[in-house]
Amino acid sequence: MLLALIIAPLSFAVITFFIPHQRLRAIMLPIGGSAHLILVTITLISPQIAKPSPWLAIDPLNRLVLGLLSFLFFICSLYTPGYLRLRANRPNRVFCSALFAFLATMSLAVLAQHLGLMWVAIEACTLSLAPLIYFNHNPRSIEATWKYLLIGSVGIALALLGSFFLSYAALATGKPVSLFFNELVSDGVHLSRPWLRAAFILLFVGYGTKMGLAPMHSWKPDAYGEAPGLVGALLAGGLTSCAFLAVLRFFRICLAAGETAFAQQIMIISGLASMAIAGIFMIGQRDFKRLLAYSSVEHMGILVLGVGIGGLATFGSLLHLINNGLTKAVLFLAAGNIHRAYQSKLVNEVSGAMRRLPISGALLLAGFFAITGSPPFGPFISELTILRAAIANNQILITVLFLLFLLVVFMGMGTQILAVVQGEPSRAATNTNIKDHFLTVAPIIICCALVLLLGIYLPTPLVNALQVAANFLEKTL
Amino acid sequence: MNSMVDALIVVVLLLNFFLLGTSRLRAVINASAAQGVLLGILMFFMHVDFGIKAVLIIAATIILKGVFIPSMLVRAMRDAAIRREIEPIIGFLPSLLLGALGTGASLLFAKTLPLAPQHEGSLLVPASLATVFTGFIILTTRRKAISQTVGYLVLENGIFIMGLTLILAMPFMIEMGVLLDLFVCIFIMGIIINHINREFSSLDTARLSTLKE
Repeated sequence: MLLALIIAPLSFAVITFFIPHQRLRAIMLPIGGSAHLILVTITLISPQIAKPSPWLAIDPLNRLVLGLLSFLFFICSLYTPGYLRLRANRPNRVFCSALFAFLATMSLAVLAQHLGLMWVAIEACTLSLAPLIYFNHNPRSIEATWKYLLIGSVGIALALLGSFFLSYAALATGKPVSLFFNELVSDGVHLSRPWLRAAFILLFVGYGTKMGLAPMHSWKPDAYGEAPGLVGALLAGGLTSCAFLAVLRFFRICLAAGETAFAQQIMIISGLASMAIAGIFMIGQRDFKRLLAYSSVEHMGILVLGVGIGGLATFGSLLHLINNGLTKAVLFLAAGNIHRAYQSKLVNEVSGAMRRLPISGALLLAGFFAITGSPPFGPFISELTILRAAIANNQILITVLFLLFLLVVFMGMGTQILAVVQGEPSRAATNTNIKDHFLTVAPIIICCALVLLLGIYLPTPLVNALQVAANFLEKTL
Repeated sequence: MNSMVDALIVVVLLLNFFLLGTSRLRAVINASAAQGVLLGILMFFMHVDFGIKAVLIIAATIILKGVFIPSMLVRAMRDAAIRREIEPIIGFLPSLLLGALGTGASLLFAKTLPLAPQHEGSLLVPASLATVFTGFIILTTRRKAISQTVGYLVLENGIFIMGLTLILAMPFMIEMGVLLDLFVCIFIMGIIINHINREFSSLDTARLSTLKE
């Protein structure tokens, strides 16, 4: 059953590749996306169906990420046919196949219970994304892809070195080496401390590069800026969540080994630094898709900061993982619509989106309020939870900085987004006659409604799942 | 056996310095290929029992690192009609000095890490760190896409040396994963190098600066 979650999208990738017709290929995506979502739902509802092997298994942590990932891909796949209709002049064979390959490798990375298998999956995932970023085939997208591949490969190389170090931490004790996560956690106390510390730093930097934590974030604005909006949504909500899961797995090993303070300190410093750098670069950013990339850097910072604070904040952080993923889909897809209609993504050329594209404009605005933590949206709840935990722990400096950076981001992002949605439609608005279409707005509305719902009411099963996941992460404390 | 391993590692380290101080791309590619072959031979000396698996991995390492990837890079170099790395961000002499410092620091740092009994006194760990560092220098201070790719290869070689310490304990899969990663990565980079070439009529990544902040 678990294997089906990987094989199904992979076979869709192969089938799609051999379909000769452009339109038909685009229609395959919603079919494959819903098939995956159904499979994931069945697996999550009745875990007894999933026969776990030592290599692939569902655990409290990865079920959250798996659900989010599959739903996110489903939303994006619904959006794809409408989007590709606007880009009918571009061949989409590689694009559609690569989307499915991305889904398959991500599912593998999330389900993997072995250090090496997870690494291979994330590497494959990195490669499957390259053609997606390169979709536009112009000099700017080549530059973005080159940067993404080079920085991404170095990140993944460091993660491998970190994995070797971690294996050596087990080897140096003279015991037989097992690289399954559960066994690394249960043997945690015996790991050689100096090797473990070095390993955690390398792994954190390596997978942190994939997450896009500052200062390893420099590929992000370029990739998000040049890739189609739906790829941006998958990167910001999918790939980054997957890399965050990887960081959490190693964090758990550090906790088990009794290196809690060391690991938490790294997470807190890196989290605050990412928020600060994102805030600084947002001010005066003239390109609204790059703006969203910096917002992603900021939220990755919030995620690791929450886990670094620990306790209640871990719960908040895991909730924020889901909120951030969903909200990013709203933002990137709406921004993609506006980009298509205006043929520009520069703030000084795009204005009056509210009048030109009433629904996409409104959704972008709603997404902006949601992601900056305004009530009544979901991210407000999760950010508040992290804040409450920081106050309860008497971490005054962290609390103050956290609020300060949130404020900077709100102002920096607000100025640009408001300039885009308000006012009279600019001259660029007449570049095309593209209007809001059912296919390109309905998926965003579903997603936005869900973000709103999570802000008003948290369903009990979700709260339980989050609590179990937080305990799973920290039970060794 | 151990003295042979250490002798080979010293050659790997010397090649690091050669890589840092040379501007001719052809020589740089050849040096990285030589390093790859040396790693394959090193593996030969580290393996205690010779199964079919071990022979396969060694052969794959030597062919990929020593023949396949370098010939792809040489072809990319010919297509782009460039021969030298001109004006690196840090000069060749300063980067050599930096490399020497890095090697020294690696030796000191490796001393602080406790080693398993079978690796006492071995140069594997410091050599791995030093080679990774060398790769980093080349990757970050050269402007040509081909030089950067070589830098990445050297970085991977360094990681590979670290992998050698685990060779008896590590599953087959990871070793293959390393090779596969290297292969596909360079393969795709090769495609992109070709595209960069067509669009910019030069492999100078300094021209890729439209997206600078």
